[in-house]
Amino acid sequence: MDKEFFFDKQAKDPIERVGGRAKVTGAALYTADQQFQNLAYGFLVGSTVAKGRIKSIDTKAAERAPGVLAVITHQNAPKIPGYQTGRDPAKPPTAGQPLRIFYNEEIFYYDQPIALVIADTYERVLHAAKLVKAQYEKGVFQTELGSNLAKAKIPTGPRFEDYKRGEVDGYKNAPVKVEQEYYHPIEVHNPMELGNTLAHWESDQKLMVYTKTQGVEATRKSISDAFKLPPENITVHAEQIGGAFGMGLRTWPYEIAAVMGAQKVGRPLKLVLHREQMFTNVGYRPATQQKIGIGATPDGKLVGITHEAYANTSSYEEFTEATVNLTQFLYACPNVTTRYRLVPLNMCTPIWMRGPGEATGSFALESAMDELAFALNLDPIELRNRNHADVDPEKNQPWSSKYLTECFQMGAEKIGWKNRKLQPRTAQEGDWLVGYGMGTGAFGAMRWAATVKARLQPDGSLLLQCSVNDMGPGTATMMTAVATEAMGLTPAKVRIQMGSTGLPPGPTQGGSNVTATVGAAVNDVCTALKEQIATLLSKEGSRFHTANVHGVKVDDLLFAEGAVSLKQNPAIKMTYTELLQQNGLSVLEQTRESKGQQQQYSMYSFSVHFVKLRVHKPTGRIKIDHVVSCADAGTIVSPTTAASQMIGGAVGGIGMAMMEDLVIDHRFGRPINNNLADYHVPVNADIPNVDVVFVGKKDPYINQMGSKGLGEIALIGMAPAIANAVFNATGKRIRTLPITPDKLMEG
Amino acid sequence: MAKDNEINGQPEHSPDQGRRSFLKNSSLLSALALAPPYIVKAAGAEWDEKAARFFERVPLSIEVNGRSRTLSIEPRTTLLDLLREQLALTGTKKGCDHGQCGACTVHVDGKRVLSCLSLAVMQEGKKVTTIEGLAEGEKLHPLQEAFIKHDGFQCGYCTPGQIMSGVACIREGHAGSDDEVREYMSGNICRCGAYPNIVKAIRDVQKGGQKV
Repeated sequence: MDKEFFFDKQAKDPIERVGGRAKVTGAALYTADQQFQNLAYGFLVGSTVAKGRIKSIDTKAAERAPGVLAVITHQNAPKIPGYQTGRDPAKPPTAGQPLRIFYNEEIFYYDQPIALVIADTYERVLHAAKLVKAQYEKGVFQTELGSNLAKAKIPTGPRFEDYKRGEVDGYKNAPVKVEQEYYHPIEVHNPMELGNTLAHWESDQKLMVYTKTQGVEATRKSISDAFKLPPENITVHAEQIGGAFGMGLRTWPYEIAAVMGAQKVGRPLKLVLHREQMFTNVGYRPATQQKIGIGATPDGKLVGITHEAYANTSSYEEFTEATVNLTQFLYACPNVTTRYRLVPLNMCTPIWMRGPGEATGSFALESAMDELAFALNLDPIELRNRNHADVDPEKNQPWSSKYLTECFQMGAEKIGWKNRKLQPRTAQEGDWLVGYGMGTGAFGAMRWAATVKARLQPDGSLLLQCSVNDMGPGTATMMTAVATEAMGLTPAKVRIQMGSTGLPPGPTQGGSNVTATVGAAVNDVCTALKEQIATLLSKEGSRFHTANVHGVKVDDLLFAEGAVSLKQNPAIKMTYTELLQQNGLSVLEQTRESKGQQQQYSMYSFSVHFVKLRVHKPTGRIKIDHVVSCADAGTIVSPTTAASQMIGGAVGGIGMAMMEDLVIDHRFGRPINNNLADYHVPVNADIPNVDVVFVGKKDPYINQMGSKGLGEIALIGMAPAIANAVFNATGKRIRTLPITPDKLMEG
Repeated sequence: MAKDNEINGQPEHSPDQGRRSFLKNSSLLSALALAPPYIVKAAGAEWDEKAARFFERVPLSIEVNGRSRTLSIEPRTTLLDLLREQLALTGTKKGCDHGQCGACTVHVDGKRVLSCLSLAVMQEGKKVTTIEGLAEGEKLHPLQEAFIKHDGFQCGYCTPGQIMSGVACIREGHAGSDDEVREYMSGNICRCGAYPNIVKAIRDVQKGGQKV
């Protein structure tokens, strides 16, 4: 492999998204699009109380309604063998007892499924579901974070103990300091595709499931554990996923219900959640109350940072994320203390949402940095430069690569940072106040394990197989880009088969790991193919062999235009098709497992987001004029899809900063705005031109391509960039998200 | 005797009693009431099922993607569910079922319509175009090409709705500037956040002046 592999790649024309044609013609088939004969439809009925016990449940009317095949409740649910063994083996994110659907009469949260109605048409099941009536013995519930902080506890496990570097709460001794609280409300993933599962028992021991998951292997394991079926008897399909953003990172109770229901009625069953249920049953980014104390010397050297976070979890599981972790390594700072606490509430368990805890944490940390810069009368970028961490201060080891300074420079240039006024509220255009802001993001650059099979076929095309799926970021495109580069093929000659079990196992799509992990595996399997080709060409009688007395090595060969040739004598050339023919082979096939190694380097991707916005003085309306998102994500394998992913992260961050807020009516413990009209997400008119800038320098250690991930950093740091720009425009510091016009109204 | 509005799904009764009172009030049922008493007495599940099978059907003539269809459908069926569940045209997506997200946008008689808020029975004699009907054979519609060129999507789930809306947006004359496109495309949510590229795709086609 050439040392400069991929480094020159970015100058070439980026390849277009693989599978694009299917998506623009409606031919792409998602879970609920699958056609099955004799399909039954399921619908979940939810609890109307937030805590308590089901006293009685009346299903007679529903059972009598036309077309109804079954009504499953805790009273008649088939026993799930895995439920009897204690913890639901549908693996939980963290400690606790995951919800066992229809297990008993206990209610843990509002809209918890109490019945699954199954009928022969969708209209009939929807009607029948309304006929199920339950009586409850109501319990006392809590759904508000702020009034329950006294119940906060340290999560189970050593990872969550308080972090101390230097003096505890050392910031307090600093000459200049800021102490503030920041609040982030509940935010819900709400991918456009609803949660849905289509389960089909092909026999009593053989199950096929289409479902909305970010990891088919993990889902298969969960179902296997729950139903005590051998994994090889279960096929999980997720070839097309309509977004997930973290929602598909675990197997939810509704998915188990669908499998159970299909078994009960002996027909393929389609269970599609309603949009309301997407707000109550499949996780969310938890509400988080944070405190930051940050102090510096008058010339802007950090003395200390203390970061505390109180996040909600459910009453039955401990959901944790890395909310305070950025603070431990983002800046060179001698005294750092972090504390992370969980507050159990009577709600469904949260689940990681894009950027997860780091996005929440960065809102507090990067807002506080901006507040400190203001207190010091310093440019916020200058404050960051003065505290640049040259090595990882947490692990005290070098970074594998870090081009944060380049991100600052490139982004500042592009947004026109020089036009930013140091004093807030000094730039005005008519009724509009103008402001600039920035925020930094970082996320671990992870490389997990993946196995990829590559098959060179008689027509000279390459088939790649891996069970990893593509919920939108462009995994197939990335794999194609790596393979075309490695094998010298056009994108049209590479075919990807992915997204279902039975293929060589790939990782779950989460934690920004897939390009680093699967891309590396594609690269490795292509290398193995090339070695095999070199061996074939070394045979006696081969023209390649004759030209190379010492036998043919991969380094002697050029792989380009669907053919292999000798570097030193390009006239000696053979197409892949000829290669197979001459060796009497039907295909050339290699399978490789590839995984990251433990390294003496800290591996992170970094981002800096810049925002220019205006605030309308009379109404408090914010209009974002321009966003520039810069990423240090190593080599960018697929520039088109990577840029789209960055833009998408920026849009997600805009939602987090300006509109997303699940409002709970704490009198009843239920959400008020559990629909897409009342729960505001960014729409087209909210989003300006977003420029994406990649540093594009390879990471020397993570993998052959030098690629780190970018799905999370695309969002982390965006919300504080907006909050900081709002401060720069108006002089008002908003520490409670979302930043809605009422918080900025004059007077 | 039945009034039209009862047949068209505006019940005056509680949900629990819905279908029964519909049956009682139906003129068709009045005729059935003349049937031998033992049939009527056979109340319960089986009777419900048979009656429902008979009464839950209404005829519908509709043209979908240029093909005329004569169907027998449930009056409760939305245009979206008709397309997806009965005609296997699954390109049109269900994102909220409440007219809040735009994923189900189709054209009815040339205008963009939220198919989840449209009862199928109300489309009698109308011409429906879905994403599957936009291309001419293998030749993609210019906006489909432009979505690929500008990468106007990621997961692809909202894409059919975006494209149907985008075509209508251009035809309506609402694609004259980037800001106008942003405004007139704001009924179609894209959670992956492809908006800037969607705007580019629509503007590209509008400026290109191709027939859409």
